[in-house]
Amino acid sequence: MRNFETYDLIGIAVLLAVLLLLVKPLGAYMARVYQGEKNLLSPVLRPLERLVYHIAGIDEEKESGWTQYAFAFLLFNALGIAFLFLALVFQGVLPLNPQGLPGFPLMLAFNTAVSFITNTNWQNYAGESTASYFTQTVPLTLSHFVAAAAGMAVVIALIRGIARRTTQQIGNFWVDLTRGVLYILLPIALIAGIFLVSQGVIQNFSGYQGVRLVQPAQNRNGGAVTTQTLPMGPVASFESIKLLGTNGGGFFNANSAHPYENPSPLTNFVEIALFLMIPLALTNTFGRIVGNTRQGWAILTAMLIILVVSLGAMYWAEHAGNSLIHRQGIAGPNMEGKEVRFGVGGSTVFAAGTTATSDGAVNSMLDSYTPLGGGVSMFLMLLGEVVPGGVGSGLYTMLGFVIIAVFVAGLMIGRTPEYLGKKIEVREMWMSVIMVLTSGISVLIFSGIALLLRAGTGAIFNPGPHGLSEVLYAYASTSNNNGSSFAGISANTPFYNITLSLAMLLGRFLPAVAALAMAGSLAAKKYVPPSLGTLPTDNLTFVGWLIVVVIIVGALTFLPALGLGPIVEHLIMTGR
Amino acid sequence: MKLAEIKRALLLLVTFLVLLTVIYPAVVTLAGRVAFPGKAAGSLIEQNGAVVGSSLIGQPFSSPKYFWPRPSATAAASGMPYDPLASGGSNLGPTNQKLVSPDPATGEVSGAVRALRDSGVNGPLPIDLVTSSGSGLDPDITVEAAQVQAARVAQARGMPLAKVRQLVDDHTQGRWLGFMGTVRVNVLELNLALDQAGQNS
Repeated sequence: MRNFETYDLIGIAVLLAVLLLLVKPLGAYMARVYQGEKNLLSPVLRPLERLVYHIAGIDEEKESGWTQYAFAFLLFNALGIAFLFLALVFQGVLPLNPQGLPGFPLMLAFNTAVSFITNTNWQNYAGESTASYFTQTVPLTLSHFVAAAAGMAVVIALIRGIARRTTQQIGNFWVDLTRGVLYILLPIALIAGIFLVSQGVIQNFSGYQGVRLVQPAQNRNGGAVTTQTLPMGPVASFESIKLLGTNGGGFFNANSAHPYENPSPLTNFVEIALFLMIPLALTNTFGRIVGNTRQGWAILTAMLIILVVSLGAMYWAEHAGNSLIHRQGIAGPNMEGKEVRFGVGGSTVFAAGTTATSDGAVNSMLDSYTPLGGGVSMFLMLLGEVVPGGVGSGLYTMLGFVIIAVFVAGLMIGRTPEYLGKKIEVREMWMSVIMVLTSGISVLIFSGIALLLRAGTGAIFNPGPHGLSEVLYAYASTSNNNGSSFAGISANTPFYNITLSLAMLLGRFLPAVAALAMAGSLAAKKYVPPSLGTLPTDNLTFVGWLIVVVIIVGALTFLPALGLGPIVEHLIMTGR
Repeated sequence: MKLAEIKRALLLLVTFLVLLTVIYPAVVTLAGRVAFPGKAAGSLIEQNGAVVGSSLIGQPFSSPKYFWPRPSATAAASGMPYDPLASGGSNLGPTNQKLVSPDPATGEVSGAVRALRDSGVNGPLPIDLVTSSGSGLDPDITVEAAQVQAARVAQARGMPLAKVRQLVDDHTQGRWLGFMGTVRVNVLELNLALDQAGQNS
């Protein structure tokens, strides 16, 4: 049997080509936007931007140090969580609720509010039976935009910290947030949203649609069922930003596997491109602001190598299929939990991309992937969401890895650890370690607790090593703000609602504040011109070294857990 | 100082609410309604004034006279296959006996194989026809999964096999640009065409 299909390889190549072609123009555009320079959309959006500052009382000329930047960032997120929580709890009395859905229970509302504001979008509820059109369109759509823009603001501040010299100022959070929303997220989401409608993604505020079935069916109790109820709603405007902002929360329970969210192979292609474009292009924005685009390409290369190799492994595993099904005389790839229109190619590219970017939307059910295929998605998250990671968060975490790589290499070859003219000292190392290790520590501690308690193991759906994978996946996904799941797990319980929320809060805010603190300390430093003793960070040697550091820190921590979950299950499946 | 920041945050939040949750969705809704009204409303199929389905959402066919869709995991959640109010996959892991047990009474795959064989389907079964989709609402089957059912459908309807095969061919959708997606058949549209052809002959 062949290991691949040619048309799938062409699809992957075309996707990569499209994304790479976007890196320069989009990266350059974002650099102009965040530096307040004239850009393509200034004629239209500059007046709107001024109006926003005027209404909110923001002085765009006034920059701040890192503590005030971090305070504004945390304050806005706290307000966002409070707003979401209240909107969800009071859903029952709010408008745009044709199905008359009641408010979210308190625990679920808290978990969902934290989940959406931290750009995780883990969902302990099913949209079509729990969330009103108001909930989807107002609090949740708002969070899709602002969580993404806040992540981008943090990385921009960190980039400024690297680029600037002997200053306390790293920018104005309100200005960075507003620019990210107005110039980057809103225009792309608008165009993509309308495109998605043109392809069949629904966009309406009608009540659910009753349908007379062509052939009446029987339900479980033998009763005749003659109708089907189609959920409706403003899906396209939700869908485009959920992908673009690497948020990932589904309008429906089936997320982007649902035909109303992702109706065709073409929409699937566009949705994948949407969640990968900003994280990849930000590397170019970085290179431009620090004045050396080669530095951006080096980081991008390291990201893409890990991503493409992981995708290859996942595709191979899913294409090879499930040997326990083959033994029953059914040949073919693993199609359980996958849609026919996407096939194995469209499903695995989406799955690898969504777990590599921290988007967390799914177009196929990861719980039903082969052990190794599902293992790859877990591996990509456990690396810390850096290849390329979420919008903003991916690049700032990756810069933490870069600092660590520079430092370790410096120690090994006896050179002064410095990066782009900034000396790496104790403070930067502390911050990098916090950025890089927080999620891993959170995964291990929370999974450990969950596996020891009945409240934790009781939620497991699949028996055996796969059950361990479900719990590990849940905390890997939330600690890294991804949001995808091995969805068999029944996590809408007090224990999981609380511990998953804690994992999401830790995984989002500790690294982000560390990144801002590092921005502050780097900005204050003098520029050290490169000398013979400087380690070059824009060549292939450094790319290779960075890959090694990411994999050692990310994967080695979890090798035992991955061994007991996916790898043991693989051995069981193949009967070796 | 801090108070001023809180005020700024609140005002910005309200501004964003208007822009992002009122104006933005309204523009997409309006554009959809004007330019793509049928798609925005759910790609509904009407016959004789009644809505008989959506071309994007599968329906539970189980009579030998119709082409069958894939097994649907919504049955486990709500008791009803292809229930759009309970979208989702089975989430069965690859070694879960509920998925892979060779006993048709307990294994999803072997159960689906048994049902197809009992209905009179012969020949090798494509894997999509015996596994459930991610949404539980998959409107499509692979072209192989349609072809393998053609003889059963023809026999149950007393329709010439060639005619049924012709209908399958007419409803086969290729890969977009030759490389994107799967060669597939929309089950609901094919079955509606079968009924139509039956009335006309």
